[in-house]
Amino acid sequence: MKKQTKTRLSKFLAMAAIAPFVLTACGGGGNSASGDASSLTLMDYYNNDPDKALIQTAIDKCAADIGVTITREVVPGKDLIQKVLQKSSSKTLPDILMLDNPDVQEIASTGGLAPLSDFDVDTSGFAQGMLDAGTYEGEVYGLAPTANTLGLFYNKKLLADAGLKPPTTWEELKTTAATLTAGDQYGLAFSAIATYEGAWQFLPFMWTNGGSETELDSPENKEALQLWKDLIDSGAVSKGAINWGQGDVKDQFMSGKAAMMINGPWQIPALNDDAALEWGSVQVPVNKAGQTPTAPLGGEVWTIPQTGDKAKQAKAAEFISCFTAGDTQVALGSERYTVPTKPELAKEYVAKMPDMESFTEQIANARSRTGNLGAEWPKAATAIYTAIQLVLTDKASVDEAFAQAAKG
Amino acid sequence: MTSLSTDAPAASTARSGKRAATPESRPRQSFWARENIAKILFVVPAGLYMLLFFGYPVAKNLVMSMQDYTTKTFFTGEAPWVGFQNYITVISSNLFGPALLNTALFTIASIAGQFAIGLALACFFNRNFPLSRFLRAMLLLPWLLPLIVASATWRSILDQDSGILNQFLGTFGVPAIPWLTSPDVALLAVILVNIWVGIPFNVTLLYGGLQDIPAELYEAGQLDGATGWKAFRYITWPNLRPVVSVVLILGVVYTIKVLDIILGLTNGGPANSTQTIAVRSYQESFVNFEFGVGAAFSNILIIISLVFAVIYLRANRRAVDE
Repeated sequence: MKKQTKTRLSKFLAMAAIAPFVLTACGGGGNSASGDASSLTLMDYYNNDPDKALIQTAIDKCAADIGVTITREVVPGKDLIQKVLQKSSSKTLPDILMLDNPDVQEIASTGGLAPLSDFDVDTSGFAQGMLDAGTYEGEVYGLAPTANTLGLFYNKKLLADAGLKPPTTWEELKTTAATLTAGDQYGLAFSAIATYEGAWQFLPFMWTNGGSETELDSPENKEALQLWKDLIDSGAVSKGAINWGQGDVKDQFMSGKAAMMINGPWQIPALNDDAALEWGSVQVPVNKAGQTPTAPLGGEVWTIPQTGDKAKQAKAAEFISCFTAGDTQVALGSERYTVPTKPELAKEYVAKMPDMESFTEQIANARSRTGNLGAEWPKAATAIYTAIQLVLTDKASVDEAFAQAAKG
Repeated sequence: MTSLSTDAPAASTARSGKRAATPESRPRQSFWARENIAKILFVVPAGLYMLLFFGYPVAKNLVMSMQDYTTKTFFTGEAPWVGFQNYITVISSNLFGPALLNTALFTIASIAGQFAIGLALACFFNRNFPLSRFLRAMLLLPWLLPLIVASATWRSILDQDSGILNQFLGTFGVPAIPWLTSPDVALLAVILVNIWVGIPFNVTLLYGGLQDIPAELYEAGQLDGATGWKAFRYITWPNLRPVVSVVLILGVVYTIKVLDIILGLTNGGPANSTQTIAVRSYQESFVNFEFGVGAAFSNILIIISLVFAVIYLRANRRAVDE
């Protein structure tokens, strides 16, 4: 008798143990209802304030303008692409998706994004570089309200003390950096880290000198590489640059350990937090007089995923038009120290934001990383940062580095 | 220790099995008897769990490594079959040899360092002294820190110019060491950090093993003149061996797949000097979006860990047999 209750009890326990598996199997989410376009979902990667709150304000304003409610999901920058891939395989992509501009073509090539021309979004008046970044096979897939780029920051006090002006050519850059190097202080800091960040920081030198990512082994690219090597070898740039991210570079500059740095305008709020630090910025120096300073274009592009719900997609297109309109551009640009992507706004913007003058000039000629290579860009970027690392650690000569790096 | 605990249930089942076989004691039961069904039901959840969370990913990874699996696949679901092409790509890539060598160096050096320091600390804490419990608890700290935080901290500690380690060594006249920026020492730096991460694991297990060695053995040894080093050699070591094999094999399996520390410290650089198979797998999959090639790399890693898992199981069985 007693034994029987025991087996019954154990059988019950066993059933109970299985129950969750069976129940969860039935609990799959159903498809969201289509047709009702009064609420949209949106995904972006601005997960830190102040950006998070500033973007939220801009989203709320446009949502009110077009009469929808928007549910926003914020993911960390590193996880965005993984999240997008997961969501595209489970067919749960948001109605509005923000992508970092070099990723747009990769995602567009999967067929996961809708061309903006399907919804008659006006793409005129945008800077060509920014349009290139959002374009895949002739169709524009995304627009950006504002953009960023790289420039040369300098410590006004340190340069004035040495009686120097900010450099405009590579020769001046070398001598100025060498003069400013003393004791604990280096003349210049940049990021040569083994990630896309390192490749991105190298592009202003490579492109300004007329080099291209389509032909890595060119003399122009080698000259740019030689410049970085000279700067490191002469001691004007710390060897630590090999493992510095752009945040580290900013820290070096702010602590007075670097008199100049290559960095972007998104660092300005941090620089302004230190009232004692007087800084200025100029466009990246050129190799020979007459060259145009050409820097890469950064910034996030807003796209419409293929969710299959035409009504919502049309609303999403309205949202993107509003989000990239002139007034949003100037508002976001002045709050976030990013440059409006419509060149016609440049004057108005610089009048409002004198700190951003050099970056606004830089943006006018800035180039997108994926303009030439599209989805092949990651391979070229890997080869570029590998070549930089090989040269700066004396594992390869400037002549061989790109060829060796391209072999993978 | 292991031999005792595993022996007991084995012996009891053998005995009960014998009893069940004698026809007088119980009538023959059919397979579907209530008791058997209950037994099966108990196994089902674990079985389902294994299938879902171990079987499926492993099988999926195997299939993926034979496909041209890219970002496009996630949207369209199409992944053309390419057979062993991904494995050929992996093995013929310039970085495969160095990455394999680095994986081996990283694993062997990490384990050797973790084990030696772990054993020394475990022996140290085995003699109960004031505050020893508190200190032992403090030793677990590296385990509690998220690895990404730990590696960010170590990155600044190891910085060539302003890192605290070089500042400290500088006071003794040691010139600044380019820990993370020279291909010659970067792997060593990464190994040192990984040793630091692994010490708590080794100390905890080895300390547990030491606690299980009866004090009488040492008392008896003392009478025969076995003290100090001799006591360690002839009493501690032989009694600790089962635990040592567990620590070493698990250590290998944990270390061979280390990814976050390397990504956080060097991201495989400088000049690819800290590339390991795990880093290659990550970079192919999530940086270059070549998921098929990434899967091939990770399968190679799985096979290597599997070899050690088999060694572990055999070593364990031998311990039981003894």
